[in-house]
Parts: sequence; structure tokens; C-alpha cells
Amino acid sequence: MTDPILSVKNLNIHFHSEGRVTHAVRDVCFDLGREKLGIVGESGSGKSQTGRALMRLSPASARITADRMRFGDVDLLAASERRMMRLRGNEIAMILQDPKYSLNPLMKVGQQVAEAYRLHHRVGRTEARDRAMAMLDSVHIRDPKRVYDLLPNEVSGGMGQRIMIAMMLIAEPKLIIADEPTSALDVTVRRQVLAVLQELVDRAGASLIFISHDLNLVADFCDRVLVMYRGRVLEDLPAADLGHARHPYTRGLLDSLPRLDHPCAELAVPVRDPAWLDGPAMEARV
Amino acid sequence: MKPFLEADKLTIAFGQGASRVEVVRDANFRIERGASYGLIGESGCGKSTILRAVAGLNPDYDGAIVLDGCELSHRRDKAFFRRVQMVFQDPYGSLHPRKMVQSVLVEPLQIMGLDRRQERIDQILRDVGLDASFRFRFPHELSGGQRQRIAIARALIVEPELLLLDEPTSALDVSVQAEILNLLNALRRERGLTYLMVSHDIAVIAHMCGQVAVMKDGRILERLTPDQLRSGAVAEDYTRDFLAASAPAVVRAG
Repeated sequence: MTDPILSVKNLNIHFHSEGRVTHAVRDVCFDLGREKLGIVGESGSGKSQTGRALMRLSPASARITADRMRFGDVDLLAASERRMMRLRGNEIAMILQDPKYSLNPLMKVGQQVAEAYRLHHRVGRTEARDRAMAMLDSVHIRDPKRVYDLLPNEVSGGMGQRIMIAMMLIAEPKLIIADEPTSALDVTVRRQVLAVLQELVDRAGASLIFISHDLNLVADFCDRVLVMYRGRVLEDLPAADLGHARHPYTRGLLDSLPRLDHPCAELAVPVRDPAWLDGPAMEARV
Repeated sequence: MKPFLEADKLTIAFGQGASRVEVVRDANFRIERGASYGLIGESGCGKSTILRAVAGLNPDYDGAIVLDGCELSHRRDKAFFRRVQMVFQDPYGSLHPRKMVQSVLVEPLQIMGLDRRQERIDQILRDVGLDASFRFRFPHELSGGQRQRIAIARALIVEPELLLLDEPTSALDVSVQAEILNLLNALRRERGLTYLMVSHDIAVIAHMCGQVAVMKDGRILERLTPDQLRSGAVAEDYTRDFLAASAPAVVRAG
């Protein structure tokens, strides 16, 4: 790949608690160009921890090691906390699952978007307000003037998530990490939010890491997919080929989905093999 | 055959005067005993509202809901909840965080005045595929799938005849979804239960239900068999668009 924006080699995350050590992420490697990378896996597969480690937002009990974790020319492992503060929200942004918990409940939503802009740009109040207004407009909020002065509890889930996207993308980050950004939303609303995300990512030419447990969604939305199981990447393949995945784990997940074209009396429940943790990972056939 | 559950000209509205909104209009459906009936549609189409009205959580409705030949009064009594139970979408929200599984399961037995409590609790845990040690766990010590099993156990412990299922697997991983759907199908077969199920996932509804009603803007647009749903043999343009928009991507790619 020519000049990846993000390069991760042998990322490991251990959690130490009460004398027990949990190996949450094992030898994860990937390079990210200007693309939409999906990370799928079940709960506990380490996909969110991988996303958090990239922003150095892991819990205090986590021990992170890697041979390489570079974002552009920044070494994410060695960078000072000051450098990370400038990086977060400015060059790398994160969109979380539930807007209800990630917006400040006591602050007007427009102000929150404007604040995000002022944190990273030296501009006056009025200019920040105009920028926030324009940003709300670009995430297809119909009446930005009215919405600007609403509190988070006065907007719907879909609108809340679009406000979050506005807030995260106003600083024009080069990398966006979206952790289950639409799992708390209804199907129809989900489609709108994804369309908005797609539009902004395309316009800004940013890279996207899209963390989700929804195979269908990732197959539809992303360019490439990493399949994770108990901290390991088991398969790395183009999203369009997800239907032809070769790893038994990915196949098991796919087979457990009810299908319209194959009626069956009983759904297959994936069988798990501990040997997968040491076995070879599957790469896309080139 | 006489239907087990019937809705006749069911209309549900929220608000009054100028702000009155009809969210369900003239919905009619009949479900036979032992059948599994599905409601699908986009968010806001009124499918969950119908479920909540049947459960008695929306007492303000016009029209009639008839259970086993008797029209239900708008205020439901205890005898009703003995026969009809509901499983909610979010297993994280529907279990009390400070109650152990044992107290979650003993409560419905106390309310209904049922005997042999411990025996029933042990039996129902076995039926939903958990062992007796789960009695002493709190919800935060359970995975999402285990919580939904407990929610199903809580509904089934009073031996209801009709189970109302509101998106029971949409918050779960696909592998866990498969386990829960298999469990629900097995329980329906063994206990002769009747299901009324709401989902936005066409593939889940086609897998689970013998009859499907497609809803749009508060109305039931058309009624289909799972085979018609699978083959796309539908009468309404809206249903065709809905099917096309929500056909799973993996299937298209494969």
C-alpha cells in the first residue's frame, strides 16, 4: 500500500486486575490508507479496545505494546500526552455508539459543536457559531438555527448521532474511528446517518475505521474488513467478498444469520476452535 | 378455526385536540393458537405500539382486542398477565440491576400465587439452557445472550400461552441471535405457545413466523406468507421497495 496514514504492527493489549491477566488484543497488524476499514467481531473480541488504543484512551489497567503504531509521522506509543491532546479530536476523531451518553446533557447542542471547533482553531465566538451552523447544515439537519439552541434531550437519537458526527468532523480530522456509530439507532435512521458519514468522509478525504458487530452493515458500507476473534485478526478481506470468506469462524458467523434465500428449521450456531488463536490468519487472495 | 388473538379495527392515538396523532389506524389481524405472527415495517410505523397495546401498556385505544374469544377490558387484570407475557428488546434495560436472577424469577411466582417455586425456577432455567448456579448472579455478571435468556425465563415461568416479542434479538451478536431464535422456536414447539413478534429484520421474521403483516404509517399494508416474502411475491410497491432496501448485503455479495 502506498503511504498508509496509519500503520499498526503487532499491537497487544493486556489487562491486569486482581492478579489476573487478560490478553484482550493479540498481535493485531494492519495498514490503513484512504479507505473505509470495517472491524467486525462479537462482543469481547477486542475490536473496541483496538480503536481506543489508537487514541490512547484505554483504561488505566491496560498495558499496550506494539512493534509499531504510527499515525502519519507521529509515533502513537511514544507521543507525549500534550501531543495526544492536540491529536485527539483534531486529527483523529472518535464517534461513539450512543449520542445520549456522549453529548453533555446541560449544554446546547450547537454550542457543543462550536466548542469542538474553538478547541482546535483560534477563532471568535461568532465565527465558531457560523462554522457550527454550517456543519449542522452539512449533516442534513433541516433547521440548524432552531436545532442549535436545543438540549440533547430535545433531539431524537438519529439527530443526536448526526450532531455527534458534526462535532467530530468540524475539525476536519484525517482519521475517524467510529465505534458502533449506528447500533443504537433504528434501521431507517441508520441509513440516513451512514449516508451523512459517507458524504463527509468522501468530501474531507478522510480515512475511516468502522467498528461494528453487524456483518451485513459492514459488507455494505466498508471497503475492507478485519474479522476479530478473542483479540486476534482472523481474516482480512475486501468487504465485497465477505460473502465468500474462507476462515471457519467468519463462515460460522455468516451461517448463523437467517437467510431469505435458504429457509431452514434451525439456525447454525458457530462452533469455536481454540486452535484459531494460534492458527494462520486468512488474507485476501491477491 | 377460531383465532386465539384478534385485533378488530384497532386504532391507537397519542395526544389530544390539535396535537392528536394516530399512530395505528384500523389494524385487523387474527392469530391462531400455536401460530407465530410477525409484524414488520420501518421505525415509526406503529408495530411496537400494537404490541404494547396488546400487552396493556397503551390502555388508550379504539377497537377491540380479543383473546381466546373474550374481548379484553382496557385495564388488564392479573389473569391476563398469567396468559400473556412480553419479552423486550433490550436485555440490559429490562432486568433490574440490583436484583439477582433468583429474585427476578421468584417475583412473578409470588404475584401469581404459584406453588413449588424453587422447582419451577430450576426447571425454567434448564429450559432456557442455563444451569442452576445462575440463580445467584446479578445482571452485570451475565452476557447479553444470558440476560435475554433470563428475560425469556421470567416471561415463561408463569406458563403463559401468548408471548409478545419486541425485537428480541436486535441488541445481540449474530451468533447469540441464532441461539436465542433457536431457543424461542424450540420452546414454542414444546409448549404450544403462540407468538406475536415485532422486528425490522426481514430475514429474522421470515425465519420465525408463519404469517407476516407489513406495516406502513400505522396501517397494515398487506399480509404475506414467509414464502411470498422470500420470493418477493408481493402486491404493494412499498413492500417491494422495503424488501430491496433491506435485503442483507452478505447475501447479495454471496
